[in-house]
Amino acid sequence: MNRLIMFFALSAVFLLSFGGNSYAEKIAGKIRIDGSSTVFPITEAVAEEFQKKHRKVRVTVGISGTGGGFKKFTTGQTDINDASRPIKKSEQEKAQKNGISYIDLPVAYDGLSVVINPKNDFVDHLTVTELRKIWQPGSAVKTWSDVRPEWPNKAIKLYGPGADSGTFDYFTKAINGKSQASRSDFTASEDDNVLVMGVAGDPYALGYFGYAYYKENKSRLKVVPVDGGEGPVKPSEKSINDGSYKPLSRPIFIYVSNQGSQKSQVKEFVRFYLKNAAELSKEVGYIPLPDKDYQNSLNEFEKWSNTLIGKNQSGLNVKKASFK
Amino acid sequence: MISRNLKNRYLIAKIFHGFCFSVAWLGVLILGILLFHVTREGFPWLDMQFLTEFPSRFPAKAGIKSALYGTLWLISFTALISVPIGIGAGVYLEEFAKKNRLTQFIDLNIANLAGVPSIVYGMLGLVIFVRWFGLEQSVLAGSMTMSLLILPVIIISTREALRAVPNTIRQAAFALGATRWQTVSAHVLPAAFPGVLTGIILALSRAIGETAPLIMIGALTYVAFVPEGPMDDFTALPIQIFNWASRPQKEFHELAAAGILVLLFVLLLMNSLAVIIRHRLEKRKQ
Repeated sequence: MNRLIMFFALSAVFLLSFGGNSYAEKIAGKIRIDGSSTVFPITEAVAEEFQKKHRKVRVTVGISGTGGGFKKFTTGQTDINDASRPIKKSEQEKAQKNGISYIDLPVAYDGLSVVINPKNDFVDHLTVTELRKIWQPGSAVKTWSDVRPEWPNKAIKLYGPGADSGTFDYFTKAINGKSQASRSDFTASEDDNVLVMGVAGDPYALGYFGYAYYKENKSRLKVVPVDGGEGPVKPSEKSINDGSYKPLSRPIFIYVSNQGSQKSQVKEFVRFYLKNAAELSKEVGYIPLPDKDYQNSLNEFEKWSNTLIGKNQSGLNVKKASFK
Repeated sequence: MISRNLKNRYLIAKIFHGFCFSVAWLGVLILGILLFHVTREGFPWLDMQFLTEFPSRFPAKAGIKSALYGTLWLISFTALISVPIGIGAGVYLEEFAKKNRLTQFIDLNIANLAGVPSIVYGMLGLVIFVRWFGLEQSVLAGSMTMSLLILPVIIISTREALRAVPNTIRQAAFALGATRWQTVSAHVLPAAFPGVLTGIILALSRAIGETAPLIMIGALTYVAFVPEGPMDDFTALPIQIFNWASRPQKEFHELAAAGILVLLFVLLLMNSLAVIIRHRLEKRKQ
């Protein structure tokens, strides 16, 4: 009797493990991803883990930038696009024309951090209005005393990302009300490390960039609490995650195309992404979304990709995931 | 009077000598500082694992296998494409073509092309090779784009080398009844070959360090496999280095330095190979 149970148990284990294997082996093929260099570290981490499980899948990730990536995504050259901002109207139209529908899935938060030099001891916080005064197009702010009269009459040196970056898009939208609207007389660089060095080397500098770059350079920089109307809040894992750091925490996304979602390897990859994004995004310096958001996205994705099965792929059902 | 003037002239000569000396050493000094900095940062990360692992989010586990193989594939195919075409065009323009308006026009264009920024070739490659030819982001598309970039350099240096071959060699061959093909293939080109080779190496060295055109045609950044043929996806050393250098974590900056060391080593290897080949050829000539 015991032997019989043993036999059944063993064969069950054997079958299960065999079944598991054949399932993993079944998934093969290519997954093409391109887009934002901001999202790249998370996607790289997910791809790394995914390929450990599914060795026959070839995941490739490019860094053409959010816009450059959408160019390929909307013509069907890629399955997934990494995006540090939502898709633009013109890009939507192009996708429609080419019969590409998509779903957008937020995968993590990034808190844009406003930073100053550690030697700067007079700035305790900045309000959104003050930030707008500094950064708006044609701004007259030349010295710190132009921002608040009690601050020293010293020239304010500004550092920010270049106009091609999604960070720039988001900051200008959140602070100046219009994407890309900014004063242009500041030191711009696409490489955030250059901005870090700039602010770290200049006692009267002010700059902004992604939270990860502040976190890695905490000893060389001082972060400015931002007052979005409910008192000054410092960006931190907690304040970005619970949404109290406003308005400069932004979600970053992956976009999945209809064609992509019908490939079993891409489908599995997206599931894997949403299940592991919380842990992996933390590892590479980003802030995870609340857990229920990942679950919601996962449900939305399953529902959406099921509605596509058997449907003419050129049907223009552009579906947006619900996102707060 | 005369002697004072002479003194002045010697002084000027000395100053000029000193100036040339310091300028020459300035280049070496800058290279030295760069090498020192890169070696100090990157050397501790250089081990077998760095060469045999794929990129990873953990700096300690990350390697450049895919980028190294990608660069080797890329540069081999670039050489295969650009060397025959470049030498052919150079030989034609220098030895065969009549000097007329058309060849002057071609001349002018090639000289101009040598000065075009590399990203422009990237855009050309994107439209022609990636889109029209449908090669996508393959090794072949990358190699063809790189070939466009370095062809002017190869053509110009080939012509310079051919021009340096004394005309008496051509005349002697013709006097013995050799055809133009025999003259060029058996005498002029072999005599010019060391110079041609130098041009090729300089051109390929430029290609191996270029990032902009590759990013433009959409070459990838994260690739965890090695290309198995010219149609496979690839990434290259400069792209991997660029990506690591722009990450926030200091460990990745050090990995970038280690990547630079590998890139420099590959470059050095290529250059010394060329020196050896040239040495052999010159020996054989004697």
